[in-house]
Amino acid sequence: MSRLSSSGPQTADAPTPEDAFHETAALSDRDREPRHGAAADGPMLAADGTPLKKSLARALRAQKLRALALIAPLLIFVLVTFIAPIADMLFRSIENQIVQDTLPRTTAVVQDWNPDTGEPPSEAVYEALYRDLFLAAEARRHTRLGQRLNYEETGMSSLFRGTGRDVDDFGEANVETLEDLDDRWEEAAFWVELTSGEGGEGVVDAARERYMRLADLSSRSPLGDVWCAVKGVFAETCDVAPEDVDLGFSLSGTFAETFPRTAEAYAEFAVFMALEEGETVADDEPWEAVYVALDQDLRALSPEELAAYDGPNADALRAAQEALAEVPPVDFRAAFLNSDEDWADIDNWRTIQTYSPPYTTGYFLNAVDMQKTPEGPALRDADERIYGLLFQRTMFMSLVITFSCILLGYPVAWILANLPMRQANLLLILVLLPFWTSLLVRTSAWKVMLQQQGVINDVLVWLGLVADESRLIMINNQFGTIVAMTHILLPFMILPLYSVMQTIPPSYLRAAKSLGATNWTAFWRVYFPQTVPGIGAGSILVFILAIGYYITPEIVGGTTGTFISNRIAYHISSSLNWGLAAALGTILLVVVLVLYWAYDKIVGIDNVKLGG
Amino acid sequence: MNLAKTLLASTALTVAAGAVAAQDMESPVAGEPMADSMTLVSWGGAYQASQQNAYVEPYLEMNPGVSATWDESSNEAVAKLRAMNEAGNITWDLVDVVAADAIRLCDEGLAMEVDHDEILKPAPDGTDASDDFGDLIVSDCYIPQIVYSTTFGYRTDMVPEGVSAPDDVCDVWDLETYPGKRSLERRPINNMEWALYCDGVAKDEIYDVLATEEGQDRALAKLDEIKDEVIWWSAGADTPQLLADGEIFMGSTYNGRLFSVIEEQDQPVGMMWDMQVFDLDGWIIPEGLEEEELNRVLDFLWFATDTQRLADQAKYISYGPARESSAPLVDKHAELGIEMGPHMPTDPDNAENTLLYNYEFWADYRDDIDAKFQAWLAQ
Amino acid sequence: MNREPDLAATDTQEAFVAFERVQKSYDGETLVVKDLNLDMPKGEFLTMLGPSGSGKTTCLMMLAGFETATHGEIKLGGKPINNIPPHKRGIGMVFQNYALFPHMTVAENLSFPLEVRKISKSEREEKIRRALDMVQMGEFGGRRPAQLSGGQQQRIALARALVFEPELVLMDEPLGALDKQLREHMQFEITNLAHELGITVVYVTHDQTEALTMSDRVAVFNDGKIQQLAAPDVLYESPENSFVAQFIGENNTLLGTIKEIRNEYAVVELDDGELIDCKPVNVSKPGERTLISIRPERVEFNKERLQEGAHTLKAEVLEFIYMGDIFRTRLRVAGKDDFIIKTRNAPDQRRLKPGEQIEIGWLPDDCRALDA
Repeated sequence: MSRLSSSGPQTADAPTPEDAFHETAALSDRDREPRHGAAADGPMLAADGTPLKKSLARALRAQKLRALALIAPLLIFVLVTFIAPIADMLFRSIENQIVQDTLPRTTAVVQDWNPDTGEPPSEAVYEALYRDLFLAAEARRHTRLGQRLNYEETGMSSLFRGTGRDVDDFGEANVETLEDLDDRWEEAAFWVELTSGEGGEGVVDAARERYMRLADLSSRSPLGDVWCAVKGVFAETCDVAPEDVDLGFSLSGTFAETFPRTAEAYAEFAVFMALEEGETVADDEPWEAVYVALDQDLRALSPEELAAYDGPNADALRAAQEALAEVPPVDFRAAFLNSDEDWADIDNWRTIQTYSPPYTTGYFLNAVDMQKTPEGPALRDADERIYGLLFQRTMFMSLVITFSCILLGYPVAWILANLPMRQANLLLILVLLPFWTSLLVRTSAWKVMLQQQGVINDVLVWLGLVADESRLIMINNQFGTIVAMTHILLPFMILPLYSVMQTIPPSYLRAAKSLGATNWTAFWRVYFPQTVPGIGAGSILVFILAIGYYITPEIVGGTTGTFISNRIAYHISSSLNWGLAAALGTILLVVVLVLYWAYDKIVGIDNVKLGG
Repeated sequence: MNLAKTLLASTALTVAAGAVAAQDMESPVAGEPMADSMTLVSWGGAYQASQQNAYVEPYLEMNPGVSATWDESSNEAVAKLRAMNEAGNITWDLVDVVAADAIRLCDEGLAMEVDHDEILKPAPDGTDASDDFGDLIVSDCYIPQIVYSTTFGYRTDMVPEGVSAPDDVCDVWDLETYPGKRSLERRPINNMEWALYCDGVAKDEIYDVLATEEGQDRALAKLDEIKDEVIWWSAGADTPQLLADGEIFMGSTYNGRLFSVIEEQDQPVGMMWDMQVFDLDGWIIPEGLEEEELNRVLDFLWFATDTQRLADQAKYISYGPARESSAPLVDKHAELGIEMGPHMPTDPDNAENTLLYNYEFWADYRDDIDAKFQAWLAQ
Repeated sequence: MNREPDLAATDTQEAFVAFERVQKSYDGETLVVKDLNLDMPKGEFLTMLGPSGSGKTTCLMMLAGFETATHGEIKLGGKPINNIPPHKRGIGMVFQNYALFPHMTVAENLSFPLEVRKISKSEREEKIRRALDMVQMGEFGGRRPAQLSGGQQQRIALARALVFEPELVLMDEPLGALDKQLREHMQFEITNLAHELGITVVYVTHDQTEALTMSDRVAVFNDGKIQQLAAPDVLYESPENSFVAQFIGENNTLLGTIKEIRNEYAVVELDDGELIDCKPVNVSKPGERTLISIRPERVEFNKERLQEGAHTLKAEVLEFIYMGDIFRTRLRVAGKDDFIIKTRNAPDQRRLKPGEQIEIGWLPDDCRALDA
């Protein structure tokens, strides 16, 4: 940018429209101060009395803006397609909001539980879990959390899935008591009448926010409003933003005060009906969690307190309180243990507690073969460590591949650079030919070549160099990966080398020889140093491409020739542990940057030439 | 093992005798507005071709003006659907996935829950679809099409002289009698079960043992015995290719792939059905389709999953139809003209000793055991 | 100074550099150098001059060892060097683009030929210092070539070619990239240096002024052959054929036919019928077509100054160009309108006006009848 803008005319007093405005403002100042006095001991002034630096900056601003406008499309493109995904990836590697979003109440209360007591958490925690899990199960978000936690503690996945199925039946006896008591409890309209009123907006808004976080619904940004306005011009409509959807229901403040749990559960039900089903509370009777909440609220109130309640259907509430007194209160812990006894497992609860915060280092620890333990981060068991080994192997093999590319590519580039143009172009096409066939085809061709019943082994056996029973193993190991990848990446070494060698006139070699150097000395002391930038560029290209490769190692690498990228691909598309994939990717990115930095320190990045 | 019984029953020729008159029931969405194109996601290769031949083409012929596009992304369907869902733009209309993925997609709310009796045609004898598919409906979102199995094939010409052909899954571990390379899938599923089974664990205790740390170590120790002789595959086409090239003596893969190597390519390869592991393949409808798209998909499904169409599919590939009522209709191979019945994994002769993929277990233990398995592989 | 001892132990009378019936062909069909014979005594400054493609650079490259002769022998100090690789010939060379190694400093560049000769460090430093001083670049040892101006690079290239004290130095258009003033200055410096050190120089250029001012002898190349090998003044005043005449200096030409040859002169009938006397150079018999050549500065239009025996022709002034030290006038003579005359800018010199009809004349000795 700075280079761009400094090339234009830089007269400090170039008039701009703004100057005319400043001119008048500056006039009065000029009367008071001696005009050139400031120039002697203060900053240099332009003709109109403004400091020269300011004038210059103003004159350059237009140029800068113009330059910015010119690169804006590219900048936006890079931002959207490159920077943003990378930032998103970095974010995913530490992001852990799913636990809080899915279990907001549980994560808040479980913090007080001390796992060292050896006792499972209190009933309050189980109750919170019931309320969280009920909503999550209805929104079908609970298994996602189960999977997330399963990365840390085996068994969480089925724990959540199984209990998600059962959670409707918790407190069944109490729900049935209510329904048997009075048919009105099964009527949607009755419930609407019971809860409607004014003043409970706070509860409803909280429920809506909770639900939006749970269901990953984001509120519409100002940018989204603009976009909708644009769509409106073309007669297309935007969906109503989730925060603006009309619930068709308003909660009574008095009801919410007297029956806080019921109000909260019913508000959640209302939000769910509106946002998920596109209906209102008037369309359906509430779900079981509301009945269970009412049961608890009624138990918390004394008959006198309830008698003081004068909202609609107070009679039904009083009758319900009496009827429910006959049934034992809901025992949430028992209900959970009944669904799956693993809910008594300290380790499961510890996992929920440990992974409650919205951000976690868990993925990164995992990516370096460590895990969280009660005593802090610790190395995994030896039989589960894999990433350190894979990182090492990826680095080592990429270096070997880079080195073989230099060895094989250098002479080819040299021949190319020293042939007449016509032949060189023909050869160059041959060098580029591999790019015209699919990567899979090329890799599979290596399979045919290298396998034990393959072409090379057949030839060796035919020549009698190798016995038929001891055919060489050249594939499904590191050797296979190195051979195939060297072949595939070779053009990326040859091209920069070639373009650098092309710029080295043959007279250097002649000069060296005329000065008494043998062919080797001339090459090594005169020609080779000048090709180092090409080697540098080619090596960086090949190395960076190599450490990110996964298709070829997957096909020919067997178990000893696979790269870290294969694990990343596995976590992206098979295990769906995107957080871990992101952490591994981030580490890989950092390693590349560190190597790049080291290269700059050792060789100097100015010494990299792709051509010219 | 209810599922196993259903599978076996589906090939037993117990045809409901009093089949009711030919059904001309219309699909539940007939007459509704429908989109005129749909994107189907499948696996590519011979399997997708069988779908194309058995019901996609006939459907398109019946409905001129409708077009179908294939996307061969089934192996990454979960990841891609998740990404589409996050981006808020679902571009697929019908996705072919294995049962484990269907359960996962259903759990996550990425697949639509369906009422099987409402959207699927009853059997010709009037049996409801849910009964006709029976226990194969492993998830509320899942519409199974076929039963396939993962099993072993071996080179008949590489069996040492004077030794009978392998017919026991534990022959995989018998390097003395059957020397030569093996190929196994590069993941713990199936391999761990086979290893424990051959280490003497009773079949119905395999998953209990595998749930323990010791059990996992035991399975890996058993696999260690043959580790040096194993080529690990990741694509279904690998083992057939390795067998055809004579690179391996025996290897695991899907039974349909082996059928094609044996019958279509006429390679000297034999089939070993012992301890084959059953799995399912079928459709899910992504959540969040527009109404017209959904109508088209439902109309297609009504046709494509009826008894005759599923039986037709078996003409092109040796996978068992998921409907009980389809089994008697399984005919000869469309090109080779051979009877397909004996090539079905569900044929009683083939299904003497089988194992069922345990979806619940692997949903829980996959991450953990996979980490161990991969670490073991890399060492 | 110590000279390279290996090849040069011969006495100066014998040819130091010799080309004997040398031929060169790249493609096996055409010869770029045809039957070249050339002897050079020690200490001579010889320039190979010619248009591009005339074979001069090929000859230089054969001498340096970068090209091999297809036929014939090249001798250095009396010994054939055809089979000696370039790095053993001990010949210094200055390249057209200097070929200074960009990754080395000036001092390292100069040190290179000494290092490969395994000369001790202290001796190297001494030699480098002397060589740099010689080209007045003593301050610049630590710089990179890219930090130097064209003229400075040129000096370094020269110093590098001389630092290992070769007896023979080849220069391939070394001044081609410099501007006029610098070029003239460098011409002077190079000749001085060469004479001072007593080295033998083969210098290739296509610039005739350079060739004339610097050389002891000039070999004019054309079409793979030496057209004339002579000292500069001979070359200018007595070109042996029309190519040399036209290539060296400015030249007026008129076409005609030989009428007869008597005494020392040939009578030439110009195409418009005029008869003039000329000195026959490479014409032999009457009836032959000939190109007569007259140097512009030998033409006189002032009747009073025309010397006895000068032949006159009518001419019309077409253009008068003021060039400072001289006037250049273009005339139409014998139907050709590119006839140039040059006159000195002197106080009494008349300035011709376009359209003026004049008579011009020259001495028969200044008019040379050459092959057409």
